[in-house]
Amino acid sequence: MSIDVDTVAKIARLARLKVPEAEQPQLAKELSGILTWIEQLNEVNTQGVEPLASVSDVTLPMREDVVTDGGIAAKVLANAPGGAVYLEPGDHSVGGFFTVPKVVE
Amino acid sequence: MADLAELTIADMSAALAKGETTARALAETFIGRMETHRRLNAFITETPERALEMAKASDARRAKGEAGLLEGIPLAIKDLFCTEGVRTTAASNILDGFTPPYESTVTANLWKAGAVMLGKTNLDEFAMGSSNMTSHFGAVENPWKRQGDNRKLVPGGSSGGSAASVAGRLAPGATGTDTGGSIRQPASFCGIVGVKPTYGRCSRWGIVAFASSLDQAGPFAHTVKDTALLLQAMAGHDPKDSTSAPLPVPDFAAACTGDVRGLKVGIPKEYRVDGMSAEIEALWQRGIDMLKAAGAEPVEVSLPHTKYALATYYIVAPAECSSNLARYDGVRYGLRVPGKDLPEMYDNTRAAGFGAETRRRILIGTYVLSAGYYDAYYKKAQQVRALIARDFKQAFERCDVLLTPTTPTAAFAAGDKMDDPVTMYLNDVFTVPTSMAGLPGISVPTGLDSDGLPLGLQLISRAFDEETLFRAASALERAAGFAARPAGF
Repeated sequence: MSIDVDTVAKIARLARLKVPEAEQPQLAKELSGILTWIEQLNEVNTQGVEPLASVSDVTLPMREDVVTDGGIAAKVLANAPGGAVYLEPGDHSVGGFFTVPKVVE
Repeated sequence: MADLAELTIADMSAALAKGETTARALAETFIGRMETHRRLNAFITETPERALEMAKASDARRAKGEAGLLEGIPLAIKDLFCTEGVRTTAASNILDGFTPPYESTVTANLWKAGAVMLGKTNLDEFAMGSSNMTSHFGAVENPWKRQGDNRKLVPGGSSGGSAASVAGRLAPGATGTDTGGSIRQPASFCGIVGVKPTYGRCSRWGIVAFASSLDQAGPFAHTVKDTALLLQAMAGHDPKDSTSAPLPVPDFAAACTGDVRGLKVGIPKEYRVDGMSAEIEALWQRGIDMLKAAGAEPVEVSLPHTKYALATYYIVAPAECSSNLARYDGVRYGLRVPGKDLPEMYDNTRAAGFGAETRRRILIGTYVLSAGYYDAYYKKAQQVRALIARDFKQAFERCDVLLTPTTPTAAFAAGDKMDDPVTMYLNDVFTVPTSMAGLPGISVPTGLDSDGLPLGLQLISRAFDEETLFRAASALERAAGFAARPAGF
């Protein structure tokens, strides 16, 4: 499978990854190389083979519907890029907010 | 007391128990060695203050008679494990400024067993690579060099900093993660032991995700028994990871008997790949002979889909990577590069935050999962993955453990194999099939090549049968008597 620069631009957009136009031809070449190599899988007869998504044959366990965590607002807010914002600056026990740039219009 | 850095972890534990040394003395020894050998660039973050604090607490626990399995043992931690209050980078610029407010389950288990953290080791960015050349924090140097050749060699990857730190005795043991060979390949390149346990043996909670259906934590050390001790402390069921197996953890150290009498050792004929070096082939034959002399019975087995494992991996792993890495958007934590609107902020942040190999894999993953291609690539790969797993299942009807080379070559020079991504991928030809099937594997240093570089052999066992792995690996270790070490360390 050969990938052209338009396809590179399209998947870069899907992946939310800016790829400068100057780099697109080189990437197209590399990705084409990888995909051509991958196409050897077409030799394998997989008719009727159930796809394997995970090797773990553990059934997802159920647990009691109880609170197992909490009371760690300061930790949750520690990496907030805008810092933690409190309704009452003097009171950190309630109303801590994780501030982010505007992501909805 | 002899040089503390020379001791195995088992010997350190014995010396600590007898009061011949202290956790503090051990921590100070390795902190000193980390500083002396900084040129290896094995660590992204050294944590000497924390090490001394933890050592002090460890000595206090021992004085009270509360010693854990790894009480006072200093360890290096791959910088993919979240460590509370200590910067965690995944060797990527996109996690710039991120300090986890929580501890990964595996490291928490190690600290609960009494271990002491020396620092966070370098790796390929997001654990994607086989050379440690893709780290945002620079390449790691392998302590080993070819005889009469001063060129820097790669330590392998992705857990290159962990492997180099153990090989250079900057730490007596380290954690790594293995998605397609990231523990076993660097262990082989650095002349040490590395274990990838069964998928589900260790919790993945708190480990920065790369390919969730493949990622698994495991240990590095100088001896098989030391890795068994480390794995014993790391492993165990964790309700926070739904793929972690609700099984008891066996006494892995007790399994290191080396008694392989009557053990059937499968030799997969498809691992004799074209272009494999004669030295690797000879080493493999020596390994077979060693196990045979110890009482094991070699049997030829077939794993017919071996040659398709790498191509399968390079669909499955990038697909999972593109999904997992979608969370790095510049909004909630880590790097943010502004843009004129929100989409441009995403685009700019991710372009500046991810390195070339990570970008490549995100793009491949996005492509194979995109509309119209899903069945042709991702579904096809999952089907071939089922066939690969079936091959192993059938082989294990005829044998108890498999013996193969770990890598097709010894460590290569920094900068080699960088022109074409596929050439780099071929490094993992012997380790990827095991990962696809979720099986446990161990690399044991078995010999030197004509350049004086270490070479490892890999043993693979049935799922959740690491005990057989440790038993056979101990026999191989004893027979090989690998005692070579890198000059200057």
